[in-house]
Amino acid sequence: MAKYNSHILVCGGTGCRASQGEEIVENLTRAIEENGIENEVQVVRTGCFGFCEKGPVVKIIPDNTFYVHVSPDDASEIIAEHLVKGRKVNRLLFVDPETQQAVSESKDMGFYKKQLRIALRNCGFINPENIEEYIARDGYAALGKALTSMTPEEVIKEIMDSGLRGRGGGGFPTGLKWDLTRKVESDVKYVVCNADEGDPGAFMDRSILEGDPHSVLEAMAINGYCTGASNGLIYIRAEYPLAIQRLKIAIDQARESGLLGKDIFGTGFDFDVEMRYGAGAFVCGEETSLIHSMEGLRGEPTVKPPFPSEKGYKGKPTNVNNVETYANIPVILLKGSEWFSRIGSEKSKGTKVFALAGKVNNVGLIEVPMGTTLREVIFDIGGGIKDGKKFKAVQTGGPSGGCLTEKHLDIPIDYDNLLQCGSMMGSGGMIVMDEDDCMVSMAKFYLDFTVEESCGKCAPCRIGNKRLYEMLDKITKGNGTEEDLARLRNLSNVIKDTSLCGLGQTSPNPVLSTMENFPEEYLAHVKDGKCPAGQCRSLMEYVIDEDKCVGCTLCSRVCPVDAISGDKKMPHVIDVSVCIKCGACMEKCKFGAISVQ
Amino acid sequence: MTKVKSLDDLRKMRDDLQSKVNLREKSDHPEKMVQIKVSMATCGIASGAKETMNFLIEELDAQAIDTVVTQTGCMGYCYAEPTIEVTLPGEKPVVFGHVDLKKAAEIVEKYIKNGELVDGIIPVNYETVDEKNNE
Amino acid sequence: MEIVKLTIDNKPVVVEKGTTILEAAKTIGVNIPSLCYMKLEDMDFENKPGGCRVCVVEVEGRRNLAPACKSEVTEGMVVNTHSVRVVNARRTVMELILSDHPAECLTCAKSGKCDLQTLAQDLGIREIRYEGEQSHYKGDESPAIIREMDKCIMCRRCETACNEVQTVGVLSGINRGFESVVATAFEMDLDHSACTYCGQCVAVCPTGALTERDSTNKVLDALMDPSKTVVVQTAPAVRAALGEEFGMEPGTLVTGKMASSLRKLGFDYVFDTDFAADLTIMEEGTELLGRLNKFLKGDKDVKLPILTSCCPAWVNFFEHNFPEMKEIPSTAKSPQQMFGAIAKTYFADQLKKKREDLVVVSVMPCLAKKYEVSRDEFKVNGDPDVNISISTRELGQMIRNANIDFAALTDEDFDRPLGESTGASVIFGTTGGVIEAAVRTAYEIQTGQELEKVDFHELRGMEGIREATIDFAGLPIRIGIAHGLGNARKLLEDIKAGKSEFHAIEIMACPGGCIGGGGQPYHHGNVEILKKRQQAIYAEDAGKTLRKSHDNPYIKKLYEEFLGEPCGHKSHDLLHTYYFDKKKKIEI
Repeated sequence: MAKYNSHILVCGGTGCRASQGEEIVENLTRAIEENGIENEVQVVRTGCFGFCEKGPVVKIIPDNTFYVHVSPDDASEIIAEHLVKGRKVNRLLFVDPETQQAVSESKDMGFYKKQLRIALRNCGFINPENIEEYIARDGYAALGKALTSMTPEEVIKEIMDSGLRGRGGGGFPTGLKWDLTRKVESDVKYVVCNADEGDPGAFMDRSILEGDPHSVLEAMAINGYCTGASNGLIYIRAEYPLAIQRLKIAIDQARESGLLGKDIFGTGFDFDVEMRYGAGAFVCGEETSLIHSMEGLRGEPTVKPPFPSEKGYKGKPTNVNNVETYANIPVILLKGSEWFSRIGSEKSKGTKVFALAGKVNNVGLIEVPMGTTLREVIFDIGGGIKDGKKFKAVQTGGPSGGCLTEKHLDIPIDYDNLLQCGSMMGSGGMIVMDEDDCMVSMAKFYLDFTVEESCGKCAPCRIGNKRLYEMLDKITKGNGTEEDLARLRNLSNVIKDTSLCGLGQTSPNPVLSTMENFPEEYLAHVKDGKCPAGQCRSLMEYVIDEDKCVGCTLCSRVCPVDAISGDKKMPHVIDVSVCIKCGACMEKCKFGAISVQ
Repeated sequence: MTKVKSLDDLRKMRDDLQSKVNLREKSDHPEKMVQIKVSMATCGIASGAKETMNFLIEELDAQAIDTVVTQTGCMGYCYAEPTIEVTLPGEKPVVFGHVDLKKAAEIVEKYIKNGELVDGIIPVNYETVDEKNNE
Repeated sequence: MEIVKLTIDNKPVVVEKGTTILEAAKTIGVNIPSLCYMKLEDMDFENKPGGCRVCVVEVEGRRNLAPACKSEVTEGMVVNTHSVRVVNARRTVMELILSDHPAECLTCAKSGKCDLQTLAQDLGIREIRYEGEQSHYKGDESPAIIREMDKCIMCRRCETACNEVQTVGVLSGINRGFESVVATAFEMDLDHSACTYCGQCVAVCPTGALTERDSTNKVLDALMDPSKTVVVQTAPAVRAALGEEFGMEPGTLVTGKMASSLRKLGFDYVFDTDFAADLTIMEEGTELLGRLNKFLKGDKDVKLPILTSCCPAWVNFFEHNFPEMKEIPSTAKSPQQMFGAIAKTYFADQLKKKREDLVVVSVMPCLAKKYEVSRDEFKVNGDPDVNISISTRELGQMIRNANIDFAALTDEDFDRPLGESTGASVIFGTTGGVIEAAVRTAYEIQTGQELEKVDFHELRGMEGIREATIDFAGLPIRIGIAHGLGNARKLLEDIKAGKSEFHAIEIMACPGGCIGGGGQPYHHGNVEILKKRQQAIYAEDAGKTLRKSHDNPYIKKLYEEFLGEPCGHKSHDLLHTYYFDKKKKIEI
């Protein structure tokens, strides 16, 4: 076996692959062969590095050089310069946006400095398609430990003591959930992995499955041991082909190695995992909907109780956990609940993965200890707001969450604090908005999503969300009234109060939290007919400043709808009733006489 | 693929496989171990730097000394190639010249294992880009 | 039995464990408004998706309001059914539902009988604060059922009826969110689907989304045409329910008033399907005995059990789902079609009229009958044996339309010859009735002895699947009965698997039989109504002098003058039919 003295880790997450990641791997391999160093340098396709903003990302080991925005054409230079001659390719290094200095190692980058990677521990580190690399990183040792030296009760106690809570959004204590399923007597039970990630912009589950699929399989087996289930099911959306492919490889390898199947570790414990594909419906992230979908029924929720722990898949006790929750389990068993519970805040232990998106400099996937503040996440890790703009709000928890503002920046992020602020953890989506974002439009955007994704079973969600959307649309078009605001609030509250499942019970959150935090912005829309952020097209007006206009007629000639009139050398006027707000006039004006109001 | 039949099987397997990833693990915390940079410009390679580097990697691995061996560009001591820079944990870097296989073995035995200086040290008369940046 | 104590609206309540808040509240006289919820006790019908959210109540300690229809009581639970929060939520939700419902009450077939309308009135909704876009769906007009899904409120009752009770599986929720609606797969038309037209979806629909195809105008046209002789026949179950259309107590028999009203409406001859039911017994009973005796003589190829074939929805069901078994049911036509065939031959001859000059109208408790009249095998040179089939509800509508004071009518009798019937034919209207009628006749023919007692109580009841063994003077005849197509499916699966030991099985598609048919006055979830109609049917039977079909003098006369013998050549031509394999007919 070749003894490699250098490893080139190439991000193989969906994002980087979409940016020609595969060609980079091919070109690197070819360049290595051309230079005759194939016995010294190994190219490894790993899972996601998280720093998607800068992708495709390539990391050189052992000197830990972190190349960003790599293109397939850069491959030969990386090999010839860095691997053969030992000279770093400076132009591919990350440049710190504040200091404008090149930073070579990831640990010196603001993006990585404050991160603590537990769930993502193997992502961007191992080859997810090779079980050996997982085993080399203590993989399946937790399962071995549980099966050979712990009773199911002891394992559950360990998980309970760790304080781990469901990472899918609800934050239900994981150990307690396992214990509930364990206590129900049944000949057949099921363990399910909820990989139906549906929040717009969130992709932590996908990244874990793509980068470290075995950690989920191992945790599911541990779960099976604890709850008394020998069947595992992974419900994954069919739009995740790479995650599906890697999971399939992982399941095959684990079976071949005897780590799934019959008599695991010679203990008599049987456990195997199958995949179930979802058609990508947001509501199927809700566990009863997910179970119905797996049963081949319409993906819609049923009233709880009964909970899946009593009557789940095919009417049997079923334990459903989210991907990220599972990814934490093996580490907790190996390092102990005490170690885990020391990380995080009082009631929220461990770390949380967030998909940081929107108007921040460093967009990507991050993992931080619970209790980290929004400020640290947005400004230290996220590198602050793009183009030097002002921070306005951040939406956490996706369409189910709420928006948080300046005054929330120093609140430690955990389940309970977010709920208290009118938002929620959700699966960890985090979308940052700046001064140019209109909060009414933002709420409308999320409602648009919920209207699409409602299953239609219960009336408040099916019709109510549609009406919320229509009212918000009316407001952004300048046709709203103050009575609409009162209606909006009442309807939001009723939808929350009466909807059947979590989708409807949380869908008005973006409306309520923006109304709470930005009341003046709503009022400006309905009372003054203005959009303070200047985003609502219908509320914009192009005006010509009489003093600045010299009457050059350029604007009137460029206007496609002849909305501008005026004599030569005389100030021109825009007829707002005709204007279609295309902005062509403003672009053409050489005197800065045209502005938007 | 080998079947894992017991926890011991898994442990053995892990120990055997560790080398596959420990290069990556070590690279996360290089300051805690011996770091060796081998100058691998044209002059270095021509003088046998590659053989020296391979020897160092194998020898240190055989002796189970946690080391990160990386290559670097020309250090400017072309007259003394192959040159290597050795940094012991907590110590200042030391540059050795004319490091052939024999010399390399001596450096491992004396300096790396016992901290004894050996002949061939080149006084450090340059600063790295990184250090400049820090000032 | 485990007991749960709780408080509802400050009153203590003690109920059995497993009771829902809705049911528990009822025990202390608190009626929580509900919409999608429907339960038919004894009929295996329970629809509680918890979808409309009208029945939400406040449960102390819970973050959100709970649906009363779906939430089981727990020990010490404190429930408030009329707090401000609840009332506001209930009203808001109702406004939302109304905001997506066409306000066409004036011309809607369901107006006055619509659960949604009633609830809107109860809640006093005068203004809809959340108006907006309304959803629109493809319309669907099958020969029997009209689907106007813009009026669907997604209560899913039809889905429960179609899938769980009837196991027909044609209707289910499709699309998502605001566009979601109950429909066939790919929104194909019902007549391309495996729909049996049993009409149970219509029977439970709370709004005007599902209704029968209205044929009252066609009937009026025929009555106005001077060149036509219009003959009407009325099915057994109609007389036990028609009174409800005029506010009479369920179970009121209105046979005489019905005949009188039909004459007032202008029908030339007022006949009775019961006559044809007696005829059916002659044919079907003879067929049963024929098969049975062949079997007893050791013929292994004979198909047993014999299945009744009076119910057109049931015929559709096995044509779609069990076409490989289409040799098993009796070949006897349904009474409706036997009547048509005799009316347009035997009776037309008596009138010295061409069949084309006769219009045969049937009044049925059924929607599948509307489809049955349109089947090609029941036409001669394009002229259908029965021209128009209307439901009990449509007849009620015609009577109201003609401002006839139904309750004040004096009883009249049917016309002769096709209006005479026995008690055996009346009980065709309820589950168990056809087979009991058949037994009364078959017994006497087979044994040559007169029955001492004509009431076979072992064949009666409301259980979904019943069985009994009747002693034919030493020969035990095993009889099975199923009502509801889901129950029928179970018996059919047994036959398919060779596990059935019955000699004869009666099947009716609708729960309760024709008394619970899709064309009957709406029961609004009150199963007691069906039971009262059943009692009325048995009372009518008991009150008749003649109670065995073969004793009907006009039937005897028919065979003497026209048909010859039961299952003879002419009978075969006119009174028997054949079935189709419709499995492949399902097109998208």
